[in-house]
Order: sequence, then C-alpha cells, then structure tokens
Amino acid sequence: MPYDYQPFPYVPPPGLVAPEPRKRVVIVGAGPIGLAMALELARHDVPSVVVDDNNVVSVGSRAICWSKRSLEILDRLGLGARCLEKGVTWKVGRTFHRDREVFNFDLQPEDGHKMPAFINLQQYYVEQFLVEACEADPLVDLRFKNRVIAVEQMGDHAFLDIETPDGEYALETEYLLACDGANSPVRHMLGLEFEGELFEERFLIADIRMEAEFPSERWFWFEPTFHPGQSALLHKQPDQVYRIDLQLGWGADPEHEKKPEVVIPRIEKVVGHSEFALEWVSVYTFQCRRLREFVHDRVIFVGDSAHVVSPFGARGGNGGLQDVDNLGWKLAAVIGGRADAGLLESYGRERAFGADENIKNSTRATRFMTPAAGMERVFRDQVLALAAKAPFARAWVNSGRLSAPCTYPLNAPDDTRLPPGARPGMVAPDAPLGNGWLMERLGRGVALLTIGCTAPEVAGAEAIALPAEGQIAARFLGGAAQAIYLVRPDQVIAARWCTADPSAISAEIETLWAGTA
Amino acid sequence: MTLIDTPHLAEHDEFYEELLAAHKGLSAEESSALNARLILILANHVGDIEALREAIALARA
Ligand SMILES: Cc1cc2nc3c(=O)[nH]c(=O)nc-3n(C[C@H](O)[C@H](O)[C@H](O)COP(=O)(O)OP(=O)(O)OC[C@H]3O[C@@H](n4cnc5c(N)ncnc54)[C@H](O)[C@@H]3O)c2cc1C
Repeated sequence: MPYDYQPFPYVPPPGLVAPEPRKRVVIVGAGPIGLAMALELARHDVPSVVVDDNNVVSVGSRAICWSKRSLEILDRLGLGARCLEKGVTWKVGRTFHRDREVFNFDLQPEDGHKMPAFINLQQYYVEQFLVEACEADPLVDLRFKNRVIAVEQMGDHAFLDIETPDGEYALETEYLLACDGANSPVRHMLGLEFEGELFEERFLIADIRMEAEFPSERWFWFEPTFHPGQSALLHKQPDQVYRIDLQLGWGADPEHEKKPEVVIPRIEKVVGHSEFALEWVSVYTFQCRRLREFVHDRVIFVGDSAHVVSPFGARGGNGGLQDVDNLGWKLAAVIGGRADAGLLESYGRERAFGADENIKNSTRATRFMTPAAGMERVFRDQVLALAAKAPFARAWVNSGRLSAPCTYPLNAPDDTRLPPGARPGMVAPDAPLGNGWLMERLGRGVALLTIGCTAPEVAGAEAIALPAEGQIAARFLGGAAQAIYLVRPDQVIAARWCTADPSAISAEIETLWAGTA
Repeated sequence: MTLIDTPHLAEHDEFYEELLAAHKGLSAEESSALNARLILILANHVGDIEALREAIALARA
C-alpha cells in the first residue's frame, strides 16, 4: 500500500475575528524542524504557535537517513520507539565502480547505546509522528493552511501577516523561528541571502515499490554503465519502498529527466528488472551554503532556512534537528528570564560552526563524486582502483560521511587524563545505566555527573552519581579514578574535571547560562 | 619540522631505478595514474598529517 497522505484539518484561527494576545514563540513551517522545535520548547514549558502554508506531510521520502543523534533527540520528544519500530537499518554497504563491486562493508555498531547508528525512514513518517505528538501537546498550537506573507522586526517583538482560506490576520510574537525550509520566504522578507561558494548539483530522486526480495543493503555506484559518468545510490526504506538517487549532469533538463519514459528504463537498469511501481520522482537541486548569521534580533533561523547541504551524508534533516537541540533550552531560558539574550548568540555561533562542518563534509563528498577533469579525476579514480586491492583505500572512498554531531569549540575546563570521546563540546556518550540508559537521565536541566566520587555541593545542577563500572567507566573515566562532568540541557558536556572545587563548578554553571564558553 | 628532508633512504639509487622501471612502457596517462596510486599508498604508510602537509609545501616550493 502506498503511503496514505491524509490532509490535516484547517481550523479558522481566532485572530481572524479578534486580535490575539502576543505569543511567546511563533514557528513558521511545520517541516521536521519546525515540528520538533515546537515539541522541544514544550518540554521546556514554552508554548508556541506553528503555522504552515500546507496541510500534508512531506511529499516523497526526501530526508530518509536519521542518525543516532537525531534518534536521541526524537527519543527525548517521545518518538524514539516509534521511529525505531517503523524504520529499517542496513548494515551491509556495497560500492561499485563501473559495474564491478570494489568492496563491501558491514557496519558493526558499537554496543552499549540505546540508539543505533542510524535508521532509514521516509520523511513523511517522521513528520506524521511529529504532527501527532504536537496535536497531543497542549502547549503546541498547530495551524495548517496559514501562510506567512509578511514579517517585520519591531524591537522587542516581531510581527507577522498570515493568509488563510478565510482571509488574513496578524500575529505578534516575542520570538519568530523561521523553520520555513531552503527557500525560506522569511529569509527573503528580511532581505537576507545565503553566502558561500555556490556549488550546485542536481539529482533525480525516486521512490519505487518492489515486492520482490532485494537485500537490505546500501548500494553505491561510481560511473555505472547504466548511468555513464555519474553516480547512483540505492537505499532500502520501510514498506518495500526503495530510494534511488541518480546524479544528473549539471546540463541536464530536469523536466525531461522526470518523465516516466526516461526514468523507468533507468531504474530497470539499476534493479535489473521491471517489477516495480514508481511512487515519486523529483529533481533535487542543492547547494552547500548558509546564512552568515542565524539570529537576527527577534527572528531566528533554524534548519534548511539557515543552511543547505548535499543529501550525501544525510546532513540536511539531521543537521536541522541538532539546531533544534541547541536552541530549545537556550530560548526557553531567555523567555523564562533565567538567561539574557546573549545566550541566543551562542546558538548562532555554535550552529554556524556545525553548519560549516556539514558543508565541508558534503562539499568533499560531492567533489569525490564529481571530480574536475585533470588530476582531481586521476586521484579519484585511483582511490577507487586501490580500494579493490588495499584496505586503507576503502576508507578514502567518499560517497558521503554519515552525519555525526560536531564538537563545539568550548573554552572550558578539561582534564586530558579523561577519555577523548567525552570532551567538553561533545554530546555525552550514552551507556547502559540500571535498567535503562544514561541518555534518558540527561536532557532536561543542567546535570552534574560524578563517577567514583561524591558530588560537591553546588546549586543549579542535578547531581547524578554514576557507578564507576562497565561502559560508564570506559566512556567517562578511562584510566582515571574519578571524574566530574557538567552536562548542558542539550546533553552536551560543558566542562569536566578529575577533582573540582564547588566554586569552580558554580562558575561553569554561570558560564553555561551566559553562553560565553 | 616533522618531515625528514635529510638523507633517510640509503638505497636511493636502487629506488630511483626501480621507480623508473615501474613506469617503463606506460603512456603518460598510465604513468600519471601510477604516480597517483603511489602517493596515496605512501601517504597512508607515512600516517602523519603534519609530515604530509610539509611534504606538499616542500614539493610546491
Ligand atoms: C526533493 C528533496 C529531496 C531531499 N532529499 C534529502 C535526502 O536524501 N537526505 C537529506 O538529508 N535531506 C534531503 N532533503 C532535504 C530535507 O528534506 C530537508 O533538510 C528537511 O526537510 C529540512 O527540514 P525543514 O523543516 O528545515 O524544512 P522543510 O521540510 O522544507 O519545511 C519547511 C516548511 O515550511 C513551510 N513554509 C514555507 N513557506 C511558508 C510560509 N510562507 N508560511 C508558512 N509555512 C511555510 C513549508 O510548507 C514546509 O512545510 C531533500 C529535500 C528535497 C526537497
């Protein structure tokens, strides 16, 4: 059965009859990022209104690969189990050059984490689960068929004009979060533009349904004979749906490429038969660019409205969820009066750093796939040639590096006797804890983890004593006898010590809320 | 400086000869591919990004 696109109901908003009181937060866009943003704010007791011009989930699979970090974030929003249950995991990847298999690999995930390295799940499912959670949350006011047509900065608030099937109305809000996607109308309304090297690529993306058994693997081709000179990717999704990405030459005509009589024979060559149904075809043009600043007074850009990358490495949807992760607690603290607006600047700074890392990785992958003529091409081809013969070269083959959270460059106390995988600026590594997981204990307020020692008396952090054994010891102690970790509400390590005075810890808690690390 | 730019390979004359022999009979294109493979193999063997950066700088100088 193809996915059943159920339109969400439109309800005339109260603002059509009488002015509405000023909102705390208005989120423009109910894509994965806007929806997750609303739920994350609600976890921190901040109400929001989400407006979207549309009333259905993503048409087509779009972002399909959700990383471990995204699953941890979705789990905090109550959707982890649902996504895991529906999603599929592939472990074996095969890489072909021309029509020859160069090598294959079996991903053995590290054990002792609640979430797997990634799952494949169509964006429409993720959005559906998020919409259902928003609708069940009294702090989220979700409004479909509400199109933002004007935005204005007003000093201590922002003003929006919104168009509905019943006419226009206005909203005032303390903060406006632009989660309105890569073409962000809000960005245009504020006269802002993406910056950076223009690096455009074009892909044909198709979802096909195949009843025939096909291995649950990722197949990647460099220059297959069925698609000369380009690259191709085949991925398994739930419901017997497979995703095919075919790189198009920059000169290709998207309208022509989308025609079934052009697409179907190509896919027949990919899968080797014609027993499939075409569900969705789209031509996806991407760039690798970002806004210079994500925070503009009362308007904050989150997700694709702030940065765009190539689909290889799955950094679009996953990068956006990490924005949500970073902004949620900060905005809640500013609105609640716990922190001043300077904390929001640290969102802009940290996520611009993350976006640059995503852009860098995605540009590298794109370059590997489409080398310029000359030496660039020679090196690329020789990496592929060596990959068939020497194990080291397999790692050099770049068909996208799977999204992993960046390490924020924090200026924070550190003790290098402690393990390198739990440094300040990193998401705290998960580990089994009692009958559950460490991740489940983190992520609401500030936490002070102690391993092998008792917690110093400090205010403003929840003390959590962890057993100095098993994977907790391996991931947080290494060879040290004891350790203290200060963890932010987004599960990022803010500072760590082997021993610390209460006053030193208190100072770091203040730095954390000031966003000045 | 991590890169060794002082004499380090006693058998340099042998290596030089074997390098030329490896290219014998190859077209310019094949030679260029062989060189590329050699660089990649040796870079992995060196395994030290600082030394490799200095090598690139020295080669470009
Ligand atoms: C064809 C295609 C294929 C893709 N493939 C991949 C992939 O393989 N891997 C990957 O990682 N990523 C992929 N992406 C990117 C991925 O879909 C995005 O990174 C992700 O959707 C970003 O989420 P978002 O919520 O920021 O924006 P979006 O999902 O774009 O959501 C923006 C929302 O804002 C709404 N909106 C826009 N303007 C207004 C307005 N004026 N008023 C109210 N609402 C408005 C829109 O209706 C939409 O619902 C693909 C994208 C496309 C288009």
